[in-house]
Amino acid sequence: MASIEDKKLKQLSRRQLLKLAPLVAVGAFAVTRWQDPLVNRGVRLSDWASGLLFRRRHPAATFADADVVPFAKFPYNGYDDLDPGVDLENWTLTVAGNVRHPGEYTLAQIQALPRIRQNTRHICVEGWDVIGRFGGARLSDFLALIGADRSSRYVSVECADDYYESLDMATAMHPQSLLCYEMYDQPLDRGHGAPLRLSLPTKLGYKSAKYLTKLTVTNVLGAQRGYWEDQGYSWYAGL
Amino acid sequence: MASGAQAGVPDAKPEARMQLVTAAYEHPWAIRFTHWLNAVAVAVLAASGLRIFRAFPSFGTKIPEHDLVNIPKSLTLGGWLGGALQWHFTFMWLFAGSGLLYIAYQLISGHYRTVLFMPRDVKGVWPMARHYFLFGPKPPATEQYNPLQKLAYTATVLCGAAALLTGLVLYKPVQFSWLAWPMGGYHLARVWHFLAMCGFLAFIPGHLIMVVLHGWSNFASMLTGWKRDPEYLSRRSAE
Repeated sequence: MASIEDKKLKQLSRRQLLKLAPLVAVGAFAVTRWQDPLVNRGVRLSDWASGLLFRRRHPAATFADADVVPFAKFPYNGYDDLDPGVDLENWTLTVAGNVRHPGEYTLAQIQALPRIRQNTRHICVEGWDVIGRFGGARLSDFLALIGADRSSRYVSVECADDYYESLDMATAMHPQSLLCYEMYDQPLDRGHGAPLRLSLPTKLGYKSAKYLTKLTVTNVLGAQRGYWEDQGYSWYAGL
Repeated sequence: MASGAQAGVPDAKPEARMQLVTAAYEHPWAIRFTHWLNAVAVAVLAASGLRIFRAFPSFGTKIPEHDLVNIPKSLTLGGWLGGALQWHFTFMWLFAGSGLLYIAYQLISGHYRTVLFMPRDVKGVWPMARHYFLFGPKPPATEQYNPLQKLAYTATVLCGAAALLTGLVLYKPVQFSWLAWPMGGYHLARVWHFLAMCGFLAFIPGHLIMVVLHGWSNFASMLTGWKRDPEYLSRRSAE
């Protein structure tokens, strides 16, 4: 269509311009008080999609011993204190929630479960990553030991340094998810979360809480979903 | 029909009423809609992405960390890492959605023939570049887009595809491990992701300068779809 009446062209142009009206909706992101609710919804949508993508049997990559960084180059990363002063002698893990055998569990009981050692990549939300050597019991074995109701939705943990976390049951049951008491074949040192931490190769680093003191199997997460999550990080944080 | 509608205007000259202009409907709705949605999404993703990069402005190891740049906070969006991630994880949906809609429309409608850079366009690139950058003679316009434009637009779409795929690997390196492999692994995916953004940042200033140089009618066509007196048509009718 090369030649057209001027008036007709103006009419058509106006009509076509109006058809772009739906784009105005994006302007909602410019309204300051709507920004937080909108982007929170965006993260929730992303978390939901992430849950769908998760494959229960698909392992995170594991690495040869030669690819593991030396222990000295494995960063100590803590949100607050690298030594909350855990009494290692008298430490126990408190188990609660939807389990048949709640109570106090000693490190020896956890270490009596099959020991898994794996070289996996620890990926930080900041963008760096490090391949380390982790050892411990499968979280799924421990959940069996305590008689956890595996149809429950979440496993949440509390820590000696007031950190707290929670994760979906599918990830807790993943064969690489560890209750970690060793790094580089040595007992965890205080900076890395002695005596017990999570090591979750299918999650971002902040999910792998250190200095565990309590583990709860539950269907409900209260206002406290995770230390960083409650400030805006993704709760699912799956890799 | 048009003359009937105008019969009530007593002193309008017949020739003014029937004034014919040359125009072409260049940009269908889907192209205009996705163009503007994408413009917003790219701006938000780049600004929030730079804030995410600030958390670890390096491509190497955490220990020792070699920061490459100190990105000014004023260029970033989100306030802190968690906020920037929220924006990033929200607008990635708009970016992917508009990108997929754009590609699907181009392929199904056949409109891609006007803009996709093809081997036959190669010989036209240098004369056009010489005209723009070295004040060489202006090659005659025979199509909606000149070869240099096609090259720029096609490259930008490829940049978008690269940004999306490398982003998927960074977001889900375990679930999309098969996609990380052809990129040279997780670390290189982060480099490609950054370079894809650089590609957009390289394209945008040139694009905006050209929009300014080509005037209002050209700019308005991305809003209304209609362009008055497109060069390639006036040339054709003059022949």
